[in-house]
Amino acid sequence: MTTASMVFALLFYLAALVFAGGLLVRIAGYARTPAPLRIPTTPAPTTIRGVVFRMAREVMLFESLFKANLWIWALGILFHFGLALVVLRHLRYFTEPVWFWVAAVQPFGIYGGMAMVLGLAGLWARRLLVERIRYISTPSDHLMLVLLLGIGLSGLAMQYVAHPDVIAVKRFFLGWLHFSIQPLPDSLLLYLHLSLVLVLMIVFPFSKLLHAPGVFFSPTRNQVDDSREVRHVSAWAARMDVERPHG
Amino acid sequence: MAETVVAPPYRVIPIVPELKPGAMKEVRSFVANEKIQTALGFPGQLVEDWQEKALARMGELLGKYRSLRVYMDACVHCGACSDKCHYFIGTQDPKNMPVARQDLMRSVYRRYFTLAGKYFPWLVGARDLTREVLDEWYTYFNQCSECRRCSVFCPYGIDTAEVTMAAREILDSVGYGQKYSNEIIGKVHSIGNNLGLPAPALIDTLQGLEEDVKEDTGVDVRFPIDVKGAEVLLITPSADFFAEPHIDSLIGYAKVFHAAGISWTLSSMASEAGNFGMFIGNYDQLRKIALRIREAALELGVKRIVVGECGHAWRVAYSFWNTLTGIGAGATDPFALQLQKQLDARYRQPTHICELTWDLIERDALRFDKEANDQYVVTFHDSCNVARGSRMGDFAGGQFEIPRNIIRAVANHYVEMADHTTREKTFCCGGGGGLLTDDLIDLRVKGALPRMEALQEVVDVHGVNFMATICAICKAQFSKVLPYYKFDRRLVGGVHQLVSNAIILGETH
Ligand code: SF4
Ligand code: SF4
Repeated sequence: MTTASMVFALLFYLAALVFAGGLLVRIAGYARTPAPLRIPTTPAPTTIRGVVFRMAREVMLFESLFKANLWIWALGILFHFGLALVVLRHLRYFTEPVWFWVAAVQPFGIYGGMAMVLGLAGLWARRLLVERIRYISTPSDHLMLVLLLGIGLSGLAMQYVAHPDVIAVKRFFLGWLHFSIQPLPDSLLLYLHLSLVLVLMIVFPFSKLLHAPGVFFSPTRNQVDDSREVRHVSAWAARMDVERPHG
Repeated sequence: MAETVVAPPYRVIPIVPELKPGAMKEVRSFVANEKIQTALGFPGQLVEDWQEKALARMGELLGKYRSLRVYMDACVHCGACSDKCHYFIGTQDPKNMPVARQDLMRSVYRRYFTLAGKYFPWLVGARDLTREVLDEWYTYFNQCSECRRCSVFCPYGIDTAEVTMAAREILDSVGYGQKYSNEIIGKVHSIGNNLGLPAPALIDTLQGLEEDVKEDTGVDVRFPIDVKGAEVLLITPSADFFAEPHIDSLIGYAKVFHAAGISWTLSSMASEAGNFGMFIGNYDQLRKIALRIREAALELGVKRIVVGECGHAWRVAYSFWNTLTGIGAGATDPFALQLQKQLDARYRQPTHICELTWDLIERDALRFDKEANDQYVVTFHDSCNVARGSRMGDFAGGQFEIPRNIIRAVANHYVEMADHTTREKTFCCGGGGGLLTDDLIDLRVKGALPRMEALQEVVDVHGVNFMATICAICKAQFSKVLPYYKFDRRLVGGVHQLVSNAIILGETH
């Protein structure tokens, strides 16, 4: 077993902890913070079912973004759908036997990788070329795209340029799942790819990637428009009613 | 000042304008003086330890409002909202892009409340809360009308209005308040309404109105005030009592009540629907102002509460009153039940005057002479707070359909403005959210640009000569800025002004 296998295994444990722990803390924070006033934005559903549909359209079709800007929408869809396919495809490294639907998406995974890279490139081009988006961009916005592009390109390179021993990679991750460290194939491209993924996992809970859990907690999107029918009072606001019951 | 303000030219192709950094940095709403501030319990002037206090307040708000907390984290700088703000379109100042406006606060949030900003401020655009930053907050958070148009388009629903409200609340808490809004809130508390119209003057005005309407129509239409046991308590913006064209809608409400035989009353204690507590993001003020209405309702023993044509007031009434005061339904706590037992559960509480009128029209309880409005080609300007922060009727989108239905029921010629400027995509009039003040006239004129463009189009194509709206601020703002765009100021008016023109009074009852 190489030092590299050891280092990567340990780093992945660390990254997984930071990723999961960080996200949990964030999500708990969102969940615990009250939303004292009803502020859904139109078109606001009047039932919980409606909210579920709205949220589904929002996270799967990017409905609001579609209304806002077709370019960003198309590039965003390309990137996110590509990414989703890629993530599904990568499940084969963690399952044995490979779940049948994971096997089923394998052939599309590679197109997912391409879509992802194309989408990212387009989004970056916008960030660089469109004056007002350049204006609002911070260095981290650019770096985030570089990071994701790096992950996508190094992944594609392993498919088309230098093919590492994927069976060994799978053995490594299956072992990792069971706290047994298996040798990782000796491939610089693979090391690069994995390192970038590690960085992504670690920055996730501290960055704008929080938009992923955040959208579910967005009061303008997740509230039912029923304020006349139901009295909603948050705990800190309810105390005021008790203090001055007659106004 | 007003002489130097000119309307920006219409965009030839309405594309995104180029940026003019700093274009509006000198446009600062007047700062509230000590007297105005202390009347609301805020520090009289900028406190010495303002930085510490501001950050503490910000931390507190992050713990109290999920909206603020999520919105500080979730933005990906995608720019989808960046061209959606009328103030950006009209001024081209990049800090008036919704995302850039949020970033004024987000940069500070990152610096003091996130790991990345603490250790790598340059990387994530984090900034220290310096005096310059605070001044910038004051300037640009008083250039947002809290219209929420940006929120409609953001993939995460990030609502810049929530950020603006939080910023204004923080500014107030360190003694850096805005004169216009805070002075008005002071008047509500000391006199009873935003315009500072004392009860005797109000009663006089209403008597005068009764005489005018009698002269006009020959019918005794009443404008009752403080009548115990009336069925309906009407809460309407105080501008309705004497401003033009607002007053014509008040006459319209009175005629509707008269024709339908509904007993109603105004209240001298709660002679204001507006609630600027929302504009400054202060929950206590929001609640205190709303409680006057609860008190008036309990005292007068009314069965229904109806709200007149006022955009933000309807948002507060529809979305917040139940929470703040118990005016609504579905409560289980004694505070709210006390009132909810008194109110008639067969009606939606509160009811918008348009809901009331439309219900009557649907039940054939009102009759109209539509030809009375034949001199008008009417269009409808959706007011932001009604469009994006409330509803009417019991179906989604009722806030769009019901006012339009009323207009079509009372007038023969109606046309829509361009799709991307109506309904939930409507553009703010340019004067909402506590910005309807002369010291911001430059901003107000420029902010009206997108609406004026859409209006110009229907004026040219269809000969529109009446833009109906259901908001006191829209009416006042348009009356003021229309001339800058070479329109007649009387082009704007209320929906119930049209109702008033066409309604047939008399023998039905
Ligand atoms: S709420 Fe309205 S005024 Fe404020 S930034 Fe958004 S679009 Fe502009
Ligand atoms: S649309 Fe939303 S996420 Fe995108 S820049 Fe604007 S506020 Fe940020």
